[in-house]
Amino acid sequence: FLQHVKASFGTLKPEAKNMSQQAVNGVSHRGKVLTLDSMNPNVKRVEYAVRGPIVQRAVQIEKELKEGVKKPFTEVIKANIGDAHAMGQKPITFLRQVLALCSYPELLEDNMFPEDAKKRARRILESCGGHSIGAYSASQGIECIRQDVARYIERRDGGIPSSPDNIYLSTGASDAIVTMLKLLVCGEGRSRTGVMISIPQYPLYSAALADLGAVQISYYLDEDKCWSLDVAELRRALNAARQHCNPRVLCIINPGNPTGQVQSRQCIEDVIRFAKEEHLFLMADEVYQDNVYAEGCKFHSFKKVLFEMGPEYSSTVEMASFHSTSKCYMGECGFRGGYMEVINMDPEVKAQLTKLVSVRLCPPVPGQALLDLVVNPPQPDEPSYTTFMKERTAVLAALAEKARLTEETFNTVPGITCNPVQGAMYTFPRITLPQKAIDKAKEEGQVPDMYYCMRLLEEEGICLVPGSGFGQREGTFHFRMTILPPTEKLKVVLQKIREFHLRFTQEFS
Amino acid sequence: MHRAQIKLCNELREISPHVKNMKQLEYVVLARRVSQIKEELRQGVRKPYKEVIDVSWGDPHRAGLKPLTFVRQVLSTCLYPELMNSNRLPADVRQRAQRLLGGCAGGSVGSYTATEGIPEIVHSVSEFITRRDGGVPSDPENIYISPGSQWALTNILNVLVNREASTRTGVLTPMPCHSATTLGIMGLGGVVVPYYLSEEQGWELQVEDLHQALESAKGVCNPVALYVINPGNPSGQVQSRKSMQEVIRFVSERRLFLLADEVYQDCIYGENSEFVSYKKVLTEMGPPLSDTVELASFHSASKGFMGECGLRGGYVELVNLDPAVLKYIKTLFSTDSCAPVLGQLALDLMMNPPQPGDPSYPLYDMETQHIRTTLVHNAKRAVSVLNSLQGFCCQPVEGGAFAFPRVYLPPKAIQKAKEVGMQPDTFYCIRLLEEAGLLFSAGCEYGQKEGTHHIRYNTTDEIKRYSKYSINKYHIKTVFSSGQIPAWLKISGQIQKDIKSNCAL
Repeated sequence: FLQHVKASFGTLKPEAKNMSQQAVNGVSHRGKVLTLDSMNPNVKRVEYAVRGPIVQRAVQIEKELKEGVKKPFTEVIKANIGDAHAMGQKPITFLRQVLALCSYPELLEDNMFPEDAKKRARRILESCGGHSIGAYSASQGIECIRQDVARYIERRDGGIPSSPDNIYLSTGASDAIVTMLKLLVCGEGRSRTGVMISIPQYPLYSAALADLGAVQISYYLDEDKCWSLDVAELRRALNAARQHCNPRVLCIINPGNPTGQVQSRQCIEDVIRFAKEEHLFLMADEVYQDNVYAEGCKFHSFKKVLFEMGPEYSSTVEMASFHSTSKCYMGECGFRGGYMEVINMDPEVKAQLTKLVSVRLCPPVPGQALLDLVVNPPQPDEPSYTTFMKERTAVLAALAEKARLTEETFNTVPGITCNPVQGAMYTFPRITLPQKAIDKAKEEGQVPDMYYCMRLLEEEGICLVPGSGFGQREGTFHFRMTILPPTEKLKVVLQKIREFHLRFTQEFS
Repeated sequence: MHRAQIKLCNELREISPHVKNMKQLEYVVLARRVSQIKEELRQGVRKPYKEVIDVSWGDPHRAGLKPLTFVRQVLSTCLYPELMNSNRLPADVRQRAQRLLGGCAGGSVGSYTATEGIPEIVHSVSEFITRRDGGVPSDPENIYISPGSQWALTNILNVLVNREASTRTGVLTPMPCHSATTLGIMGLGGVVVPYYLSEEQGWELQVEDLHQALESAKGVCNPVALYVINPGNPSGQVQSRKSMQEVIRFVSERRLFLLADEVYQDCIYGENSEFVSYKKVLTEMGPPLSDTVELASFHSASKGFMGECGLRGGYVELVNLDPAVLKYIKTLFSTDSCAPVLGQLALDLMMNPPQPGDPSYPLYDMETQHIRTTLVHNAKRAVSVLNSLQGFCCQPVEGGAFAFPRVYLPPKAIQKAKEVGMQPDTFYCIRLLEEAGLLFSAGCEYGQKEGTHHIRYNTTDEIKRYSKYSINKYHIKTVFSSGQIPAWLKISGQIQKDIKSNCAL
């Protein structure tokens, strides 16, 4: 170990002597050790709009309401975050029954629980250290659960083989996404790793890239064509980026967040072809794969398309796909369950990945257990099947209806245009802001869509996230709203936003 | 698709140098062999043992400790609130579940929470800290609940380790130290600056060793932080107040950020040992130290009575940090949404156990007493058994979950290890695994003085398992007692003399 530690010491640099001297001698002036100057500068570049300043103001307003402060509304509607249960969606009964059994196995003797739930609970507990969900699991995740995930993927993708060794369970999909980026980002200066990500994007990506000091290569989705992806745009972005970095990764979110677009099969093939030609590692974020609503749209997994393109592609393109228990019909964000499947990864690189995940010990075991149920749901011959299917269908149907209602309503408002919400859980409408409003925002020191959203929050108690938090074309403005509030409440929210928008436009005309 | 290795045109040769620099865990070699042996046993291959006993993990439930009934009853009710509509569970369980669900958005444990954690639970944590520290105030604004303490530690290190600086950032780390921390530092591009604990003084932290560490860092890296773990892992030592004061003075003089890992604070066994938190000692030392030393203290629900490692519930309390920096820390934490809700609930249950008079109290009290007795007994027994074995010398285990005995390996064994390309103590562990079915972890995993070898043993084992282990212990004894020592492990007369004089029994 000592040898290794010695080897890890860098070579002497000119400033090193002075800086270490300071530590050795102890400079006696007052002043913190950890300051804005001494801290990791990358951390200062990290932003995450979904939980950013507007949400902090929303929380403050909630406190004020609790204290009895009078406002034009009685509650704050948090349509900023993709949290289904927070908005009143009910958990799926079967999932919670099994988890309760896993948590307190004495309940296995209780006849309030169906036999299929008990069977799964016993199996999960068997695979846990000391038969407890409180034991650490292997860093990569409980083996039999990884096996179940692999089988699920095979079924989903029409039989294309999936190996449990290529499955890494994670703390939500976020953990796996950040881990992959940590692994891939290297190089200095002009050879620093460049990572392609869509504009607009889910800001975890931009945050992770900032934290890692990677170069973000933005490619624009086409708003006029329903937020679709055009390979010509990918090529443009890539070629421009080659001047100042080493592009190695291409991230794509399908179904999209915040845009909700579901990529066509043709598009996915084009992206895969592009990734192969340009030697890019593909990261396919597929957490919304069950959330597909629009007529004519279908979820195609990147892996399935890859393999259907034949061995020239399926044996060469390197890829990671991500999924989670936070979305779809489960909406169990609080469990932080997820996984990634790595495809065609060099075994030596895989060994490094395994090393990296060991630092965070293991993903939460309840999340792993939940994932096992998602990939192993009740079958038609099992007692819980009927209720399970009923609940699942109801959730997805409600979301589909709300997606349609949202698009329809927003498109009746002059100054708001809304693309169809083909999938996921959000709408990302474009808003036209009068020049006077843009000027006013500048005066207030705010980006125009942030100013707009803050006004909406203060006047109507509705919390959205400004489009600037996700990225958008220069000169355009958007907001992201979730379609998760219960239908009746959603109707009210849509109405209020319409009224606000008209008022706002009038005020700045 | 054939399973043979396909030679791929591989764009992925280049990966992060920080990740490449992370040491490969010795444990991987051992774990692989364990899987093979388990398979062989399944297939009926004859061995001198019927199963592999794994005492390498710091995992109470895996070691046989039972989860606390009250905790699991509340968690199951929170998961499936239908359980509240009957009398199958005690009233206080139902009340607690109701209160906790009230703090969850939409009344569901499936919702995200605030980044720092469910506000009521954050308050519980701050109240717990104040009680524990005899009234020292704790500000909930400075507390963040995290998916285990290690996650919080890694993120604070991320803020401290400046990858852009021309000089690499150093973190003073004890030797020996558990590997998650050292790997975490390396993975961030930081430099581990070891300070050696004094084995012969029961793994004491002596301030001279801290000075020595800084000296060694001169011209090599820029040390910005000191990491201390109390009670120790793997060392088992509980720091004295005096030693803690010296550490605090040292970090103040040398301008270092203090990272205090206190996850084993509930595991105290030594009669003369007492856990006192770094925050408390710092506060007692008064200004200017108490107002200026920057401190991050870590705790979790993974150890102690709870042992709920798999739920991933921990927290960090930040003391005397620059408010501007705190803002960035909050944003950084927010990118990972929030800690798993069950882990957060487990923390609350840890901080607010049943009280005398509550229906669940008698059972809770009985279970925790039993755990306490078991842990104390097992730790003592482990030390005495290990010290009774020829070739072992084990310092007293005052706290924590491990014993870290020194193992005297004869030159022949060290040579053999070299030949097979293994670290000597890994080689020893493999042989022990093969011959006795016992899995320890190798000392080189944790760092040790050149020329010494150790193994780490988890002392948490339940009495029942322990008696099973006793049979195997007897096996080690017979393997190693005079006359039956395998030729490769014969220990010279001089070393036997050393053992007698160095061993603090």
